[in-house]
Amino acid sequence: MQQAQTLYEKLWSSHVVREDADGTALIYIDRHLVHEVTSPQAFEGLKLAGRKPWRVGSIVATADHNTPTDHWEEGIKDPISRQQVETLDANIREVGSLAYFPFKDERQGIVHVIGPENGATLPGMTVVCGDSHTSTHGAFACLAHGIGTSEVEHVLATQCLVQKKSKTLLIKVEGELAPGVTAKDVVLAIIGRIGTAGGTGYAMEFGGSAIRGLSMEGRMTICNMAIEAGARAGLIAVDDNTIDYLKGRPYAPSGEEWDRAVAYWRTLTSDDGAVYDKIVEMDAAAIRPQVTWGTSPEMVSDINGAVPDPAAEKDPVKREGMTRALAYMGLEAGTPIKRIAVDRVFIGSCTNSRIEDLRAAAEVAKGRQKSDSVKQVLVVPGSGLVKRQAEAEGLDKVFVAAGFEWREPGCSMCLAMNADRLEPGERCASTSNRNFEGRQGAGGRTHLVSPALAAAAAIAGHFADVAELN
Amino acid sequence: MRAFTTLDGLVAPLDRANVDTDAIIPKQFLKSIQRSGFGPNLFDEWRYLDRGEPGMDNSQRQLNPDFVLNQSRYADAQILLTRDNFGCGSSREHAPWALDDYGFRALIGPSFADIFFNNCFKNGVLPIRLPAEVVDRLFAACAATEGYRLKVDLAAQQVVEPDGTAHGFEVDAFRKECLLNGWDEIGLTLRHADEIRAFEAHRKAEHPYYFR
Ligand code: SF4
Repeated sequence: MQQAQTLYEKLWSSHVVREDADGTALIYIDRHLVHEVTSPQAFEGLKLAGRKPWRVGSIVATADHNTPTDHWEEGIKDPISRQQVETLDANIREVGSLAYFPFKDERQGIVHVIGPENGATLPGMTVVCGDSHTSTHGAFACLAHGIGTSEVEHVLATQCLVQKKSKTLLIKVEGELAPGVTAKDVVLAIIGRIGTAGGTGYAMEFGGSAIRGLSMEGRMTICNMAIEAGARAGLIAVDDNTIDYLKGRPYAPSGEEWDRAVAYWRTLTSDDGAVYDKIVEMDAAAIRPQVTWGTSPEMVSDINGAVPDPAAEKDPVKREGMTRALAYMGLEAGTPIKRIAVDRVFIGSCTNSRIEDLRAAAEVAKGRQKSDSVKQVLVVPGSGLVKRQAEAEGLDKVFVAAGFEWREPGCSMCLAMNADRLEPGERCASTSNRNFEGRQGAGGRTHLVSPALAAAAAIAGHFADVAELN
Repeated sequence: MRAFTTLDGLVAPLDRANVDTDAIIPKQFLKSIQRSGFGPNLFDEWRYLDRGEPGMDNSQRQLNPDFVLNQSRYADAQILLTRDNFGCGSSREHAPWALDDYGFRALIGPSFADIFFNNCFKNGVLPIRLPAEVVDRLFAACAATEGYRLKVDLAAQQVVEPDGTAHGFEVDAFRKECLLNGWDEIGLTLRHADEIRAFEAHRKAEHPYYFR
């Protein structure tokens, strides 16, 4: 009998083209997702070296980071942003692709949303993109991770990456989640537990009954943030949810090929008795809704907690980091999380902009009004398809009636490369994945939360439990 | 790629953990479609008092006197001392491009984020992991001694202090070779083009649905 293997080992060994004695391997890449920010220098490098792309059928591209989320009829006003998007247009026109969803296309959207929803992300694939949140696609049992621009060029030219095998880490979340606790809370709690470097050097698999109980949207939220725990790749085994989600998607196989694919995909789980380098166990029932208070995703508390006191931290580097974070965030140690008032709310990003996320936010917003103290609530769907689905369900009307703004798809205020951003000192409840200094605009203060909690903060004007809203 | 063999460089300390790539090069500068010119905006939000935008004349902007790299004793530093998890966050290769463009050739810290670590090697910048106690010592020595320099010898895998104390470091054999010789990795990989083609044909036969 073959030795029991982890899912990561199965994916790794099925993609090794060659391996040197020291473990340096060439890994074959099935899917290459491309966006406008990290690709221009790669296409240029390719051209300068007189090389041709190896397999353009692996490329799925979209423009998402720079694109505006309103007044699409006016085009992209910022000339440098426009040049970058036009450069992608020109590059894809020149080299070709399996699919391209340019600015304004009805299927355009955040690169990590459009891959899965079009069936361009399939179990068993290796998926890369010049973007760290490529870990999202691991929710489909793909080996998926972010790469730099030199590697983008390397994949374009060779269809391979030079890699060494990672160590394996299993995060096992057993039990049932309490009502109102979402995938976002689970992953923030995991990062709070293991830290932002806790997964460095590992491929991080998420398992246990609580993970199996999540929808594909929820699983994508979890794998999306694997990188915030330091792991380049997140992974979740194939089950019925995976298969059901993919059936009928445009780039998924059909007919006899579908059956053949499904038979293979069913094997993409970790075998019983497979050995991991490290295992972390979490109790699902103990997880409460989470809110970050600092400038790193590991600086997180549950909604009923308070801003911690740096003086209580023994590690001097950590203490210094906490003190700096509180100064930047304009927070006092000991302040209850629920007393923190917000200026703006952002519901969107590749972490939480899928239909299920919008439904969760709309459920809270329904029949309620944005607090007068909140300047703006942005709701930015992850893609054109998500937007249309939400509108078909009337969610847009719910948001607008509550005083929220309903926008066009894109990355938007997740990283503020377009016009959507915080002003210095403004505080934001955000469903995105990074609360770094200046992430949502220079001097802006970000608190990471789930879509339900973001909507609750919009209504209450401060962080609040959904159950406590009147 | 520019080769890296040995370096005798002035050291600058950046005493913060979890320095992310957003801090190294803020997002507004990512709109550039070039590979060079990011140096003046390295650590932009910490380095200047105003908000930086692409196209500004950076020489006219007001520097933040409290930011360490603005101290004259660290001008022309080539080695950056860092703390844990340096380079976390976004995968942007603009971060090593900016460090390189500013003049840093080597980084020394207890740990680096994976993608960033990898990106450095592709750009002739050497990230060196040393034990936390050693890094602590180097921070202290650097603060105490103006003009503090370190020698880095990649072939010997050593960082050498001014008094001759040497610290060995680990580096992946393949990356070391590439860096020592300034090899183009794509060229190296393409030497195996036949193997890649054979693998691809086999995979296509077995899993045609990945090749639509
Ligand atoms: S939504 Fe945010 S995190 Fe996701 S790809 Fe866009 S910028 Fe990156």
